[in-house]
This record gives sequence, structure tokens and C-alpha cells, in this order.
Amino acid sequence: MSVRFEARVEITHLPGILDPQGATVERALPALGYDNVSDVRVGKSIRLVLDADDEAAARDQVEEMCRRLLANPVIEAYEIALSELSAP
Amino acid sequence: MSARVGVVVFPGTNCELDVAWAVEQLGGSAELLWHGERGLDNADAVVVPGGFAHGDYLRTGAIARFSPVMESVARFAAAGGPVVGICNGFQVLTEAGLLPGALQKNAGLAFLCETVECRVETSASVLTGLATPGAVLRLPINHFEGNYVCDAATLARLRDEDRVVVRYVRNPNGSLDDIAGVCSEGRNVVGLMPHPERASDSMLGSEGGVVLLRSLLEAAAAGAAVAS
Repeated sequence: MSVRFEARVEITHLPGILDPQGATVERALPALGYDNVSDVRVGKSIRLVLDADDEAAARDQVEEMCRRLLANPVIEAYEIALSELSAP
Repeated sequence: MSARVGVVVFPGTNCELDVAWAVEQLGGSAELLWHGERGLDNADAVVVPGGFAHGDYLRTGAIARFSPVMESVARFAAAGGPVVGICNGFQVLTEAGLLPGALQKNAGLAFLCETVECRVETSASVLTGLATPGAVLRLPINHFEGNYVCDAATLARLRDEDRVVVRYVRNPNGSLDDIAGVCSEGRNVVGLMPHPERASDSMLGSEGGVVLLRSLLEAAAAGAAVAS
């Protein structure tokens, strides 16, 4: 019996790689009066649902998806958060 | 016999006819290669042209690299065949792992559409065989994601191995080390953001791309002569 999971993948620039969107937002915020902001990073969030035997299997598979397609390991880091979906 | 250049077409590619026209003006023959087919139609060289392959969804080139034609392109490249990626084609080749690094959004987030000066850095590549290192070519760029990045070790290797093929004279997009184009270890795969095909006739405002495309045709013809 497989279990249904929701995976949320957060993709951000690797530390040290310039994030042009983050840099632009960081410059824009002080114009609105937010002078206390630093280290802005703009990334992507991908949400998907998958069925797997258990959480470890689900995580392995999402990791693989990240490496092969969802993220570009040359410039991006990813973090995976999994939660079990309860039956309706 | 004239060199046969296969020009890959993904849904969303939009520079294939420009490349085919330029190749034919210079005496080559061009065949369009639909991305869903595996055949390369006996091409002596392959160009992955510019555009927005598969809508550039997720990341530029991220989906295109899984198209059936890319397996054949990778095999062709591994066998030493000349492969050139222009603009979106460069992005596709980096995603496919045929070239190192990645192309991300321009510094300053500006879409750039202008003619820029590019310096040829090496004549040891299939795209620059006839060019003189140090020569400055006027080539159009037309991109939002042309900001070349790679890690420090890769950059050191590219420099040591003389694999930066063209550099911007004035960096328009934030690219690391002013890189406009790089080549593979075998020097037969080249990717660049500027568009040589749009600088292939004086009527287009520049003929800076002619020496590059002629180099490619010569490399293609040399390969064809070896194969036959």
C-alpha cells in the first residue's frame, strides 16, 4: 500500500552565485522605506503530489527529480519538504 | 560537395530560418531537424539555434534537453562532430551537459537587444578556425538570460585549456569573466550568446558572423571528408 505525499521543493541560487532578481528586489525595498533588509534571494517553489512506499522512498525520488530536472545543480540549491496527505 | 548543416527545431525555436539562410548564403546546405525525431539526416554539423525552446519553462533549455533529437546530438558530439549552440541553443547545450556552466538572468534584469563587440579568444574551435585571435567582431545579442556562470574550478579550467572562445569587449550582461562563448574539451562543441547568423550580410548591419559560420562550414566539410 503506497502513501500519498505532498512535496514542496524550494529552489534558490547557490551561495556565491549572483542572484540578479534578489539583488534588484534588495535595491527596491529601501525605496519603500524598508532600510533594514539585506540578503534577499528570489527562488522558485514547486509543489507536487506523489505516491510512494514510505517517506524515505518519496524523498529519494524527489531528490532525483531535483537533480535531473527541477533544479540546475550548477547554479541552484534545493530543499525538499514532505508531508503526508491524509485520505479525504 | 557542400557541407550539410542540421538545424535543430524545438517548439518555440525562432532563429532556424535565419541560420539556414546564412548557411546557404555561404555555400553550405541546411536541413531543419525536428526535435521529436532522432535522425540527424547525415548532417556534417549541427546548429542548435536561438528562440524559446519549449517556452523556456522551468529554466531555459531545461525541457529541450530531453527531446529525442538531443540524444543524437550528444552522440554526434561525442564522436567529434561539430555542434554549435547559439543563444537559446547555448542554454540548451549547457543544460544537456555538453558544455560547462549555466546561463542565468542578466545582471540588472534587462532584456538586451543590441549589437555588441566580441573578441575572438582562440582559433582552436569549430566556430573560430578561420578567425584571428584578438579580432573584434560586431555581433547582435538578443537575450534575457545570457549571464554566464560556473564555479571557480570550472572557470580556472576553461582559462587554462583556452576554452573561452569569445569574450565581450564591454560586458553587457554580467557574464563571469566577460564570457560570451565557450567550447567543450574536444573543441567541437561551441556555445555562444551572440548571433553570428544575424551578422552574416552587410545588409544586416554587420558581417562579423561570417568568419564564424565559414569556420563551422569548413569544420563540417573536413569532418565529412574524414567520414567518407
